[in-house]
Order: sequence, then C-alpha cells, then structure tokens
Amino acid sequence: MTAMLNVKDLRAYYGQVQALHGLAFGLKEGSLTTLLGANGAGKTTTLRAICSMVRATGSIEFDGASLLGRSTENIVRLGIAHVPQGRGTFTAMTVEENLQLGAITRKDKAGIASDIERMYNHFPVLKQRHTQQAGTLSGGEQQMLAVARALMLRPRLMLLDEPSFGLAPLIVRELFRILGKINREDKVSILVVEQNAELALELADQAYVIETGRIVMSGNASEIANNEDIRKSYLGY
Amino acid sequence: MAAAQEVVTETPTVEAPPKRAMTLGYGTSLALLGLLALVPLFAKNFIIFQMTTLLIYALAVLALNILTGGSGQFSLGQSAFYAVGAYSSAILMEHANINYALTLPISGVICFAFGYLFGKPALRLSGIYLALATFALATAMPQLLKLGVLEPWTGGVQGLVVDKPDAPFGLKMSQDMWLYYFTLAVSTAIYIFSVNLLKSRSGRAFMAIRDNEIAASAMGIDVARYKTLAFGISAGITGVAGALGAIAVQFVAPDSYTVTLAISLFLGMVVGGVGWLPGSIVGAAFIIFVPNIAESISKGLSGAVFGVLLFLVIFLMPHGARQVAMFGQRLVGKLWK
Amino acid sequence: MELLINQVLAGIATGAIYACMALAIVMIYQAIENLNFAQGEMAMFSTFVAWQLMQWGLSYWEAFLITVVLSFVGGIVIERLLFKPLAKAPILTNVAGFIALFAIVNSCAGLIWDFTIKEFPTPFGSAPFLGSQLISTHQAGMIGVTLLLLLLLFFFFRFTRIGLAMRAAAALPESARLVGINTSWMIALGWGMAAAIGSIAGMLIAPVVFLEPNMMGGVLIYGFAAAVLGGLTSPFGAVIGGFLVGIFENLAGTYIPGVGNELKLPIALALIIFVLVVRPAGLFGRAIVKRV
Repeated sequence: MTAMLNVKDLRAYYGQVQALHGLAFGLKEGSLTTLLGANGAGKTTTLRAICSMVRATGSIEFDGASLLGRSTENIVRLGIAHVPQGRGTFTAMTVEENLQLGAITRKDKAGIASDIERMYNHFPVLKQRHTQQAGTLSGGEQQMLAVARALMLRPRLMLLDEPSFGLAPLIVRELFRILGKINREDKVSILVVEQNAELALELADQAYVIETGRIVMSGNASEIANNEDIRKSYLGY
Repeated sequence: MAAAQEVVTETPTVEAPPKRAMTLGYGTSLALLGLLALVPLFAKNFIIFQMTTLLIYALAVLALNILTGGSGQFSLGQSAFYAVGAYSSAILMEHANINYALTLPISGVICFAFGYLFGKPALRLSGIYLALATFALATAMPQLLKLGVLEPWTGGVQGLVVDKPDAPFGLKMSQDMWLYYFTLAVSTAIYIFSVNLLKSRSGRAFMAIRDNEIAASAMGIDVARYKTLAFGISAGITGVAGALGAIAVQFVAPDSYTVTLAISLFLGMVVGGVGWLPGSIVGAAFIIFVPNIAESISKGLSGAVFGVLLFLVIFLMPHGARQVAMFGQRLVGKLWK
Repeated sequence: MELLINQVLAGIATGAIYACMALAIVMIYQAIENLNFAQGEMAMFSTFVAWQLMQWGLSYWEAFLITVVLSFVGGIVIERLLFKPLAKAPILTNVAGFIALFAIVNSCAGLIWDFTIKEFPTPFGSAPFLGSQLISTHQAGMIGVTLLLLLLLFFFFRFTRIGLAMRAAAALPESARLVGINTSWMIALGWGMAAAIGSIAGMLIAPVVFLEPNMMGGVLIYGFAAAVLGGLTSPFGAVIGGFLVGIFENLAGTYIPGVGNELKLPIALALIIFVLVVRPAGLFGRAIVKRV
C-alpha cells in the first residue's frame, strides 16, 4: 500500500540553523497519525515544511505530487488544511466569516453553505456565536473554530499543530472525540502534532516519535502506548 | 499564544548592522581623513566649496543615522532641526555679533533641546507614524520661519545674510579653503564622538531598543529616556550642520529648508547604508551630485532619472554603500590570500 | 451663528477633497501597512490621462471610466514591477521607493504635459448649490461621489469573497495563505484599487485646484492628516477625518486670532502630530498589539 503523504530525507532550516536532519515518514490515506516528541524536537517545523512555510530540502510527496517548491497557498489548494499553532484565527472577523475564509478557494456556493451547517452540527457552540467576533471566543472555542475553518476546505489531509495547547482537559477530550469522528465519518486523513502523548496515542492509529529533527520510533499507536520503555524514555509518562 | 490576539509580527523598520560593522577600521579612517585633508590643495575654490557642502550634508546624514540606524526611530523631518540650527547661528551672528565658531555649540545645544522636546511626544510613535509626524514638522517649518511675529529676528521671507569668515591668525588661505578645513575639523570631531557614542553604554541601549523595544525595556533599559536622548543628539548634530551650512552659503531663508531637504537627507541615509556611519559621506555625495548628473543626462526628465537611479540603488544594494564596502572588503581579503 | 454655519459648510466643501485623497491612502495602507508618498502624484498623472482623453474628443464620462480602469491596471503594474521585489525589505527601503516613484511620476507628467496650468471640467457644473455661495454644485457632487465610493467599498469588503480575502490577507497574511489565499496578489489588488480611487480623487480635485504636475503637493499632506485623524485602518474614518480636517482648518482660520492663511498648514500639521500622540489608532481605527 502506498502512502498518501510521503516524506523523505527532509531537512529544514531557520536561517543558518538546521532544525530537521533527514526526517522520513509516511501517512496512509484515511489514517490518523500522530507525531510526538519533546519541545524543540522539530514537530512544528515538520508541519511547516509540508506547507512550505520554512526553507526545506529533501522530498515531500502528496499523492505522488511533489510539494517542495510550491507556494503555501498552492499546497493548500491541493487539499491540505493546516491548523497552525496559535490557531491563526481572524480575530477581527465574525465566526461565520472565518468559516467562509476556510472555503475561499472553493467555487460551489451551495456546498459551502451546507458545509457551514455541517460544521455547526459538529461544533454547536459555533452556531450560537456565528455573528460574534472570533476574537471574543474562548480558547477552546477558537480551537474548534480553527478546526472547522480547516475542514471548510474539504481537505483530504488535515495537519493539526498542538490542538490541546492551553486548553482545559475536558475540552481537549471533547475536541479529540470530534477529531476522531471527522476522521472516520468524513474520511479526512489527519496528522496531529502533540505534546500530550497519552491522549494522542489513544486517538491515533499510527505514531511517530521525533527527537532532535529525526524520527527515532514509529509504529502502531497502541503498541507504542503499551511499550513502557518507549513511554518512559521518550514520552515522559 | 491565546493571550496575544491580533498580533502583528512587524516588518522591521530598520535592518541595521551589528555594532562592530557600524564603523571603519582605524587605518581606513585615517587614510580617508588624509585624503579629505589633501584634496583642497589641488582643487579650485568652487570644488572646495562643494566639498564643504558635502561634509555638511554628511554630518546631517550622520545625525539621522544615529537616530534611525542607532535607535531605530524614523525621521522625515531633519530639515526642521537643520533650519533651527542655521537660524540660531545666523541670528547670533547678526544680532548678537557672536563669533561664528562660537555659534556652533550654541546652535547644537538649542537643537538638542528642541529635538529632545520633540522626542517626548514622538515617544508614542513608531515606524511610519513617526515618519508622518516628523514629515509634518518639516512641512510646517518654513511657514513658521515666515511668521510675522518672528520677523525682527528671522528677517521673514527675505531671510538673513551672513558674513563669510576669513582665515584666522593671518593664515594665507582663501575663505573657502579655511571654511573647508574648519568644517572638516568639526565633522571629524563629531564623527569620533558619534562612533564612541554608539560603542558606549548609551549606544548599546539605543541598539537594544532598535532591535526590540519590548525586550529592551524588559532588560531594564529606560526606553523613553534613551529614545528622547537619541532624538536630542541627532537634532543637536543636525543643528551644528545647519549652522555650518548657514555660514558656508552666507544666507538663511525659510524656503531653503523645505521638506525636500529632509527627504534628501533621508535618501542619503538609505543610500549610504542605514546604521553604517561612514556611509553618511557616500549618501551625502549621492544627494548632492546625483541630481546634477540626472540633470545632465536629461534636463526635462531629471526627476525621473533621479528616481530610476534611486530604484537601482535600492534593488541592487538594499543595504546601500555598506554592502559595497563589505563586498570590497571580502574581495580584498580573498586577493590577499 | 451664521458665520459658524457658513464656515462649517465651506469646511465640508474643502474637506471633500481631503476625504477623497484619504480614502486612497487608507486603501494602500490596508494592503501594505505603509503610506504611499507617491499616491498624490499617481492621482495627478491619472487626471492628466483623463484630460488627454478628453482632448482627443472623448466625453467626460468616457474619459472618466477609461481613466479609472487604466489607473487600476497601472497601480497593479507598479506594484508587480517595483514594489513586489521590496515586499520583504524594511519599511525604510519602501519609503525610499515611494520617493523615487514620486520623482519619476512628477517628472514624466511635467515632460509630457508641461507645467502650465490647465482647466479640468466638472460634470456637476459650478453654480451655487441650493443657493449657497459657499458650496458649489461641483463640491456637492464631490461629497456625493466620495460617500458613494465609501458605500461601494463597504459592500465590497463586507459582502464579496474577494473583499473578504483581501481583509484576511491584510489582517493575518500567514493564516490567509493557509486557507489558500494568494496574499501577494491581494497586495497588488490593493494597489490597483488605491490607484483607481486616487484617480477619481484627482479628477474631482482638479477642477478646484487646476491641473498641473504639482497640484497634489498641498492636498496629499491634508489627505494624510485626514487619514490619520480617522484612523489609517478605517475607510469610513478616513472620509470623516477628511471632513473634520476641512472644517477644523476653516474654523481655525476664522476664530483663532492671528491664524491667517499662512498658519493654516502648520495647524493641520499640528493636528496630525496631536492626534498621533493622543490616539495613534485614530478616531475609528483599531489598535494592534505587537509581539516581541
């Protein structure tokens, strides 16, 4: 089985500093994969490299098409939605406008309207606040909005950068439950970067552990979760 | 992350070089000074006069460089300080009969105070907003100098005529040549002062503020104090340049100090390289000679030629003359090996 | 009392000029967060183009429409050729670029159309408006056009997808790219729209100040004052700011002793500095938080 996303020998740089040192991993269509690792390991950089937001070399293929050298907006148009760290909410705009922006590359008006309704079903709280300025939402609500905005693209692959960051545990649970549902029902492949390894492994079917810019461990999420050695040495719980 | 809504990671106002790269080495500096000292011996009076103008403008560009390249504040209003310096000197000479050389420090102090006071409200502004405020100051200055109330001192629209000083101590030297050496001495002194200023504690504070104001204040730097200080010092030096200018052209009038002068000085800084003090003289040369060159290329289109040349400079060497100097240095370094 | 009303009316009439210009300034500021110091010159050039078209026999409205379209395209071309390469350069370098553009446009206009003053027609006539000596039909028309422009802009930004995309690109470029918006082209579009609005401003202003290459010299600085007063991030604020500056200028000239024509300009400038210091975001602008 060939992977949907195929990353090989990925090296990324911030100015002179190299952040990724020949990273390689794959992601199967329909899977929910998590990328784990400590602070500064290169998780965020990996996601940014996929979306061409950092200078990188190597090879990144999405459905056989090479992503390196494309502009961010072109990569997004291929069906890769990215929920960045800090969520990237357009705070001065309304919730509904944020959702409209997620679908800005689409032309099917009716489809967009029905998708907005679908998002309100996934995240009822957004419906209550659809005319409110997005900046007035709570952190958890903004995270839901960010996920909903990404889904408005009707992506085939969704990249999530630490969705649990700064959220209360209950809200994180709820968010992850919805992510799982989206993955199963809407057939959206998901690559999620997390520091909260316990929860991420519970949710994911595939997992990679990354350390100082290299993949040091990969496998079935449940296997990794059950392997005490790995847990203690890399995941710290 | 959640706390910082609608955050903008701004394009830097200034992309300035690190401290070490802001000056020339001793050898190069001395060689340049020697060259500047020797030129008048072989040149005509008119050339000498132009060289004097060059030094004066270089001084004004240097002053702006301290403000912008040093502390990261942006000014399109240096002509206002230049005008105040020029008028102070002219009024002191004409109405109080004070010796021309003595008027320089007085003008400097007056402009320091003016700049310091202007720097107070300007504290709240940064980037393009500060540019706009200073631009407004520069635009208003000629109007203020024309005010009827001030006419007994300023001479109104007519301005004031100033005597050109003779060489002292019975030196056999033309007025132009004496003025040139006088200007060279003053400029050198101020240049040395500026280099040391930027190397000092205050200079480090300026640069910390330039690179990141919030971080600088978190480090315990009194941002307000140093920013106004930079404004004061910059205005003071510009004032001295203005005073020298008044003495050199023997005349002050409101319309000599329009916003065009401020824009010229700003361009001089960009062309010379922001934050690179020796570039000031290159920038001054650009603003004095390039308009003439443009005029000689095409009389009707001189403005367009000037604009195109300026675009070429920005595109080919966004860091101005500093970039050329660095390139030359590297080239020499390679050839040496 | 009648004097006051008259002066306010006269202020609104001149304020319309500033409002128009301020609208163009705000457009470009939205796109690039910088002030285009060559905005006035671009507007002047556009006005000359319209004048030329009319000399060639086109009617006013034909010339008007063609000029707006040409200016829109011209603005985009200028951005693509000259300012896109400077997108990542410091603000300082960009300002130098605006000054260079100023010199080029001004000088080219002078060469093509020389520096003699030309009359520019108005479609609204110049009779007294509603019997008032202070406000002519042209000035009333100008106010009308400015308000109409404002309304169109409001609808454009609020209800069209491209307007939404432009707002997103201006607010958070990185997030905008992540939803697939080509932010670089949004900036070009902003330049085009600013140039088009500027051309309208130029064509409305020209009948009042007469057409010549330096006609915008005085107007631009008032336009800046208006934009700053209203808030550089708000088109609505810019228009209100324009009227306020016009009124303020007239009232100061009438009521503050010693303020003749010679002090009108410094007063407007003092207003800029004052507003900047007291309320940098302007009356209607929104403040922006900076990150370390």
